[in-house]
Amino acid sequence: MILKGRVWRFGDDVDTDAIIPARYLNTHDPAELAKHVMEDADKEFPNKVRTGDFLVAGKNFGCGSSREHAPIAIKAAGIHAVIAKSFARIFYRNSFNIGLPIFESSEASEKIREGDMIEIDAGSGVIRDLTRGEDYRVEAIPPFMQELIAAGGLIGWTKKKLH
Amino acid sequence: MTITEKILAAHSGKPEAVPGELINARVDLILANDITAPIAIEEFKKIGAKDVFDRERVVFVPDHFAPQKDIKAAEQCRMLKEFSREHRLSLYFEVGRMGVEHALLPEQGLVVPGDLVIGADSHTCTYGALGAFATGVGSTDVAAAMATGECWFKVPESMKFIYYGTRNKWVGGKDLILHTIGDIGVDGALYRAMEFDGEAIRNLPMYGRLTMCNMAIEAGGKSGIVVPDAVTEAYARGRAKRPYTSYGSDPDARYVEIREYDCATIPLTVSCPHLPSNTKPAAELADVAIDQVVVGSCTNGRLEDLREAAAVIRGKKVNPNVRMIVIPATQQIYRDAMKEGLLEIFIDAEAVVSTPTCGPCLGGYMGILAKGEKALATTNRNFIGRMGHPGSEVYLSNPAVAAASAVLGRIAVPEEVCEE
Repeated sequence: MILKGRVWRFGDDVDTDAIIPARYLNTHDPAELAKHVMEDADKEFPNKVRTGDFLVAGKNFGCGSSREHAPIAIKAAGIHAVIAKSFARIFYRNSFNIGLPIFESSEASEKIREGDMIEIDAGSGVIRDLTRGEDYRVEAIPPFMQELIAAGGLIGWTKKKLH
Repeated sequence: MTITEKILAAHSGKPEAVPGELINARVDLILANDITAPIAIEEFKKIGAKDVFDRERVVFVPDHFAPQKDIKAAEQCRMLKEFSREHRLSLYFEVGRMGVEHALLPEQGLVVPGDLVIGADSHTCTYGALGAFATGVGSTDVAAAMATGECWFKVPESMKFIYYGTRNKWVGGKDLILHTIGDIGVDGALYRAMEFDGEAIRNLPMYGRLTMCNMAIEAGGKSGIVVPDAVTEAYARGRAKRPYTSYGSDPDARYVEIREYDCATIPLTVSCPHLPSNTKPAAELADVAIDQVVVGSCTNGRLEDLREAAAVIRGKKVNPNVRMIVIPATQQIYRDAMKEGLLEIFIDAEAVVSTPTCGPCLGGYMGILAKGEKALATTNRNFIGRMGHPGSEVYLSNPAVAAASAVLGRIAVPEEVCEE
């Protein structure tokens, strides 16, 4: 799987209230949630983001609540993947469970700039910054997580196990 | 092994659980609310399982936007009710019987020592106060567990926090945990189990332990936990709905880090905007004028919390510039607070008393902030926009500091309004 697109940058400790404010949680419709993605971090973001874009952030991305609406909103907004120095644990779980690709890379998190064009080869674990002409390595995805991805998320994995 | 490793081993049928290892464990209880259950219900249907694994171990509590705040919230709440009816769930709590989930479950004896509990709510970690392993997960995890009765976990490393000495006057579990988060940061315990110990924890009543474990997630923790003792036993006895096992940590248990705190040096503590780790002594914030005070939530909405706030505000009035909202966390707390005369004290002080709900804590309703407004709340998060407009601010404190601040219209410590 090779993903290519433009980067939007955010800082450390981006919380789930910033990703999708609780005032919009009276619905769980992905399209509705996508209209407000990252709104409290950047009010204009829902209008600026395009299908195929990437989010690049600092440490502890997705901290705070367990709301699955957060990775759902990101995915429904058409964002290919999130790259961060580290992820909060419930957000990490949720992303694999619902099939939002996320990658941990300190180097990429520090060096990639807003507006850069990047390309991720999930198979080889390399992020290529096409704007800067640099390559960064991502942390290997644990085998169990790869199993989840291959099954299309936790529901597919559970179905396989039960039937 | 640590208590956490023992509980995880016991629930995965293994003699031992080693940090870093992936396990599939049996869950004792599964929880979801009106925000997270709708997604769990839809995902559950996709699995194609005929029924839930055990109709007496799936708990649905409409508490976040309930009593139903608008049409969309009502539609979500209805999904919980219909699913509960269809699958004959014995633990669906309708408005009138419900409470804020993490106050309700321990109070009703539904969580017991030694349990493994998952909830589609990050503050599920609250139940560690009872010596249970409890952690927040997403809706899809809940859906899968509803079908299988199991959940996957990476066994966390444990981090030990030891509190020595005697707490200063008015200093409670909230101050201890805010101080700790201020020390280690919002990812200071990322992926780890936070085990609270020491003489000050042994002397801390259950409500204070629940407050501390509740906020483990605010340090990135997977769980918070206190090894059961006489306090736990007294709380669980006569309340526990199931037989239980009390686990302890072995003397040679391994901790990735041990941190020690002298309670004499822990002041009344406030988290300033916009992270729980941005802590300052309450006494240093006297120039922060506030517009709203909230006493309630899964963190500090228990009867003892209301008693502390009432002790401070008794016979006084809420400052004319402030609206004060008191939210008993469950129906039982509401009734007990009424019988004790606490609600009268709040109403005499010109505060409002609400029915149990998460409401304003997450910016749902019942006390939303306008642009530029500041609130002091006994809740758990002060992220940007948490309680309303992205241009508003939330400060976090214990109930006594909240009550004193309501009287003076600015952040204050109880000594400023109490003669004793």
